[in-house]
Amino acid sequence: MATVDLDNIKKRFGATEVIKGVSLSVQDGEFVVIVGPSGCGKSTLLRMVAGLETISEGELRINGTRANDLEPMDRDIAMVFQNYALYPHMSVAQNMGYGLKIAGLPKPEIAAKVAEAARLLQLTELLDRKPKQLSGGQRQRVAMGRAIVRAPSVFLFDEPLSNLDAKLRVQMRLEIKELQSKLGITSLYVTHDQVEAMTMADRMIVMNGGVAEQIGTPLDVYERPETLFAAQFIGSPSMNVIAAEAHEGALHFGGVTLPAPTGITGPVMLGLRPEHLSPNPDGPVEMQVMLAEPLGANTLLHGKLASGAGFTASLPGVHRVMPGEASLRLSIEPQNLHLFDAETGRRIG
Amino acid sequence: MEKRVTFKGWLLPLCLIAPQVVISAVFFFYPAGQAVWQSLFIPDPFGLSSRFVGLGNFEYLLGDPYYRSAFVTTAIFSTLVTLTAMVPALFLAVLADRLVNSAGVYRTLLIWPYAVAPAVAGVLWLFMFNTRVGVVAWYLGQLGYDWNHVLNQGEAMGLVVVASSWGRISYNFLFFFAALQAVPRSIIEAAAIDGARFWRRFFTIVLPLLSPTTFFLLVVNVVYAFFETFGVIHTITGGGPQQATTILVYKVFSDGFVGQDLGSSAAQSVILLVVVGLLTVVQFKYIEKRVHY
Amino acid sequence: MAREITGMVERRGMGLWLTHLLMIIGVLVIFFPIWLAFVASTVTQPEIVQPPMPLWPGDRFVENYTAALFSGVNVPVLTMLANSMVMAIGIAVGKIIISLLSAFAIVYFRFPGRNIFFWLIFLTLMLPVEVRIVPTYEVIAGFGMLNSYSGLIFPLIASATATFLFRQFFLTVPDELAEAARVDGAGAMRFFWDILLPMSRTNVAALFVILFIYGWNQYLWPLLITTDPSMNTIVMGIKQMFPSGDDVADWPVIMATSILAMVPPVVVVISMQKLFIRGLVDSEK
Repeated sequence: MATVDLDNIKKRFGATEVIKGVSLSVQDGEFVVIVGPSGCGKSTLLRMVAGLETISEGELRINGTRANDLEPMDRDIAMVFQNYALYPHMSVAQNMGYGLKIAGLPKPEIAAKVAEAARLLQLTELLDRKPKQLSGGQRQRVAMGRAIVRAPSVFLFDEPLSNLDAKLRVQMRLEIKELQSKLGITSLYVTHDQVEAMTMADRMIVMNGGVAEQIGTPLDVYERPETLFAAQFIGSPSMNVIAAEAHEGALHFGGVTLPAPTGITGPVMLGLRPEHLSPNPDGPVEMQVMLAEPLGANTLLHGKLASGAGFTASLPGVHRVMPGEASLRLSIEPQNLHLFDAETGRRIG
Repeated sequence: MEKRVTFKGWLLPLCLIAPQVVISAVFFFYPAGQAVWQSLFIPDPFGLSSRFVGLGNFEYLLGDPYYRSAFVTTAIFSTLVTLTAMVPALFLAVLADRLVNSAGVYRTLLIWPYAVAPAVAGVLWLFMFNTRVGVVAWYLGQLGYDWNHVLNQGEAMGLVVVASSWGRISYNFLFFFAALQAVPRSIIEAAAIDGARFWRRFFTIVLPLLSPTTFFLLVVNVVYAFFETFGVIHTITGGGPQQATTILVYKVFSDGFVGQDLGSSAAQSVILLVVVGLLTVVQFKYIEKRVHY
Repeated sequence: MAREITGMVERRGMGLWLTHLLMIIGVLVIFFPIWLAFVASTVTQPEIVQPPMPLWPGDRFVENYTAALFSGVNVPVLTMLANSMVMAIGIAVGKIIISLLSAFAIVYFRFPGRNIFFWLIFLTLMLPVEVRIVPTYEVIAGFGMLNSYSGLIFPLIASATATFLFRQFFLTVPDELAEAARVDGAGAMRFFWDILLPMSRTNVAALFVILFIYGWNQYLWPLLITTDPSMNTIVMGIKQMFPSGDDVADWPVIMATSILAMVPPVVVVISMQKLFIRGLVDSEK
């Protein structure tokens, strides 16, 4: 149905550059999630695609044609807003049909399309209600319905689930994903929640400080993070990062030695995902456990290394550890070591 | 505060804002400018020509005992009106606040006078105190008090003050009542547990919490007394006896339209303009403060 | 408004009744002038001029009000009521329309001179009509608008309070609504009509109540520019009913007129009490 191409897009507010050149090609029917901490520019990027912010530099193409200067309505997009942005004085049906009404569609046609979308979203019973009379999840659905009704080429989602409680968020996450794959509409989805990004994305773009740190499938990003930032942002609990010294195929830090790929020497940043550590009496890493968080399926152990650096391990099952005193030896498979350049933070092995 | 989203174009917004700008220019800025301009001239008695006198009109006014007495009268009048309008209102609001369930009924009854125009209020009070037919004046006479606001300056002032304050009591009541309702219950209860009795609680806890509202009403009532009481004075006393109730606004009217002294009237307008400006600044300073709380 | 819990701090037997008693006395005192005017409008002239007049209504209600409405003193009160109605509604509607439009322009557009216009409008907040009566009178006279509705209305709609109220309200409307409307394909005026205006309903209604009373209760301005009795408004016309010199005023008719002069604003205030209080708080704060 539609492709979206961002070609070195930049955004400046006055003298400050908030988007520093982002390029991305979204394939037809693809679900791309833009993820990053608050202030990273992810919403600005989305709003530029929507036409709500002007593009300072670079080119945006929707379906191959330049869209930089098109009004939002002419871009064939639909958007779901963080606070839903439902018109408070209109009923659910009127909210969903407003765009079609403006487009000048005959009333019966609008009614038919609204009814169809309502059926899809199980809103049929609620069509005559006002937004005030709906629950958070229902409002979310209406906002989705408003987007679907217009059968756009591109869906844009701006943190649509952040106002819902945790349980509803999981449910809506599944519903959105299911709906998107059923309709096959190209989608851009902004979130700060890495779990949403991991579970929903076909591909994700990890943003930080106006820069795309990495673009790839969720598993790509998880398994081979390109930058230190992407490594720490994706994955929960966050990856342990330790300053280490690489020398002749070995890594040294605080009296610990681990194998390293050859050809790397000098200071590096070493990344160890907590869930890749396993208890081993002969393991090379020794941590002092300060605090245990039993989650049931696994246990998070927080503590520090001999060097004093903070360290977290996630072990399967229940571990009863006396906090403060216990010392634990851990081992890790060599393929699960991530090495980053100490200065640029880029992946080196 | 600014909107993130704006619509494009400049012709449309200019058209949208045009009606207000044109009306303000024709009926506001031009006359205000005229007032300033005229205040610098003295027209001849036939209105055919006028002579530039610079600040002469102002000098004359400041030396004019009648004008100075109008200033004093205005100060006394507005102080009395503000007090008479606020104190009973606060008292009634405190009473209403205690009557949780029936407060609404009392509020409905007390709102009435606000809707009554100052000029009509003037007629109602004039009727009660009329020296020939007034009921209150007659009963006062029975008690041995010879009421005559037509001759007695103090009584004239008293009557216009009461008639001017009457409708404002409703207004102030509404604001005090709303403010009292907004005082958190927990604070009152904490004070009660601390052993403070009702009036003690009122003076040490409630009144300080009401101070933003009180200050706001103070400014608003002074502005009211300055500018909106014309109707009361015109209907009851016509500024008399012997100018005892001639406040500044009344004098602008009587010098400009009755006395046809345009230069002086314009200079008085300019002085009032400065007074309004100062009051507005005070009001805005206060609003700013509120926002920053 | 009323709190839900009524604890021991609020009420105690005797004190409660005393409070009610004081409150009732207060209401009676506040109400007395209106009551007296009503009584006077239902009795005969001799009953009034022979003090003390009765304190309970008489039987001349129909006669006095008919006399006032259809003959009055200088002009039938019905005419003055109609004039007041035109003036009050004209001021309220006029102010609301021009304020809505200019507030919309100021909040939702960036255009050259926006800040200058904003400050010009802001300045008009500061100057009541009473202060600039002579030059404003000359402007109206120059336009030949003496003794006309437009002369009564226009100078009083040149004020910024309503514009500020709407500006404040528009600023609280979430940005996303305008964005959603744009994505839905609505242009500026479409957004104004379909979204902003319906959302402002309550504010418009509240402001209408306040402005209606403001317009109805005007005194000085109509006094100056309506020299023709048939253009008098009721609030200023009452004073014109008093005879000059030593003649005795026609009190029953004058008091009936006073009552008639307060009925429309009182009805508006009482029937729309919630909106009225909201409008009062909004427009003053």
